[in-house]
Amino acid sequence: MIRLRAAAPLLLVLGMLCVLWYGAAVWLNLDQARALADDGASARAIVLATFALDRPLLPAPHQILFELLRSSLFYPPDSPRSLLHHTWVTAETALAGFALALCFGTALALAIVRFRVLDRSLMLWIIASQTVPVLAIAPMVVVVLGNLGFTGLLPKALIAGWLSFFPVTIGMAKGLRSPDPMQRDLLRTYCASEAQVFRLLRLPASIGFLFPSVKLAASLALVGAIVAELPTGAQAGLGARLLTGSYYGQTMQIWAALVMAAMLAMAAIALIDLAQAMLRRQRGGRL
Amino acid sequence: MVLEAARRYAAVAPATAPVVSARGLGLVFAAGGESTVALDSIDLDIARGAFVALIGPSGCGKTTLLRAIADLEQPSSGTLRVNGVSTAEARRARAYGYVFQAPALYPWRTIERNVMLPLEIMGLAKAEREARARRYLDLVGLGAFRRRFPWQLSGGMQQRASIARALSFEPALLLMDEPFGALDEITRDGLNLHLHDLWRRTGMSVVFVTHSIPEAVYLSTRIVVMSPRPGRIAAVIDNDLPVERPLDLRETPEFLRLAHRVRAALRAGHSYD
Repeated sequence: MIRLRAAAPLLLVLGMLCVLWYGAAVWLNLDQARALADDGASARAIVLATFALDRPLLPAPHQILFELLRSSLFYPPDSPRSLLHHTWVTAETALAGFALALCFGTALALAIVRFRVLDRSLMLWIIASQTVPVLAIAPMVVVVLGNLGFTGLLPKALIAGWLSFFPVTIGMAKGLRSPDPMQRDLLRTYCASEAQVFRLLRLPASIGFLFPSVKLAASLALVGAIVAELPTGAQAGLGARLLTGSYYGQTMQIWAALVMAAMLAMAAIALIDLAQAMLRRQRGGRL
Repeated sequence: MVLEAARRYAAVAPATAPVVSARGLGLVFAAGGESTVALDSIDLDIARGAFVALIGPSGCGKTTLLRAIADLEQPSSGTLRVNGVSTAEARRARAYGYVFQAPALYPWRTIERNVMLPLEIMGLAKAEREARARRYLDLVGLGAFRRRFPWQLSGGMQQRASIARALSFEPALLLMDEPFGALDEITRDGLNLHLHDLWRRTGMSVVFVTHSIPEAVYLSTRIVVMSPRPGRIAAVIDNDLPVERPLDLRETPEFLRLAHRVRAALRAGHSYD
């Protein structure tokens, strides 16, 4: 009962979205359906035809769902025609990029908090790094690293990591600075070493601040992974599906890949939420 | 060098030497071109085993003096020795436990693990840490709340936990900065009774900052009255009330007489202009 009450608003929005979507599909696909229809076809038949085109401008929700299931289930998971295969390639890249972002972002935050000079000198560069259009430099990164002998996962993971380390650095730096003077004075009276101050006070205090930025970083890593797949010759991954789909006008393939990417992001957020809930329980119900 | 070291040890050795000794102590806060004289020519000796209350109006430097003893603030002039050595050395030797105005417990640690924090830093074995945490939590009456988190306890209980934390590494000197200032009257009475009892049993030296006259008179063996702008010692009043101190001692004529003397000293040192 409670579950239903929680799900009701979500379902309502989903339903309204569907209605709007079908309306938009009729509107956008009407010209194509009319051109393909037999002379004297009824208005009803033409409207229904807008939901069943091979290459519609906007596929109807059930078409996207069907394409999603078809391309996921009708091929073996290691086949290049399987959507699951491409999803896994992207997930792998995003995960590697996310791990890089966590390590690099945390290290950077530790350095910034520890050395005031770095705060003033590095921060500007960090912000500047985020204004670089990743799409523009991604091919260069791939080509340069390819010449150095790095191919496959690493160049793509670097691009995903580049796009996602920033929120980790900012959130972590804020969290590391969150302990109040009294909490720090306390450790001073114990003559605690600097490493102990980090381990016993700054790090545990920062974790509560970290979760929102980690969620942001996870979704950015996914975007980064998809962007990184575009210039690599589009061999595999959801990015490749988007690119080939737009080459050949396979709008259903594009939409299926987009929906899959969205589900991947939701799964990532759900996992982080789970980690957050576990930590909260360990801390007695408060983060 | 050798002479300096020898002198330091000579100063540590005799049990009659003062725990805290200040001579001509001055402390100036300089911020943005303006300077504030927080402490001015403070001379003070605190004997081993004494319970000294520092009392005075806000801004008289009593907290600053306590923080200087704890090496959390640096004096601008004069000398300040703790156990015969510099405050920095005393802090390195973990000579004192400090209780702040607020409990300053870490919210991600249980009460027990908060009490074990200094022991962890000082490198005690796990079994010993647990034994001490249990002993001192029992001592402040929080044995049953070991596994709770700080925010699950009342303010008074949190402050008791912070006292257990300061006692856990068994320092010979306890520095307390208005520890009961934020608590209600009844909780405060209970904690005063408790603290006095604790001091008698452990024989440690206590420096206790307060702005409550009854609290200062009830707890101390000696009352140091301070006056503001600049922070100076206005009077030192010996408290010769009996060691046995039930709460209703506070209604006796001796107690009220002493409280009156403290109030008079406060008024004399305090100008309202």
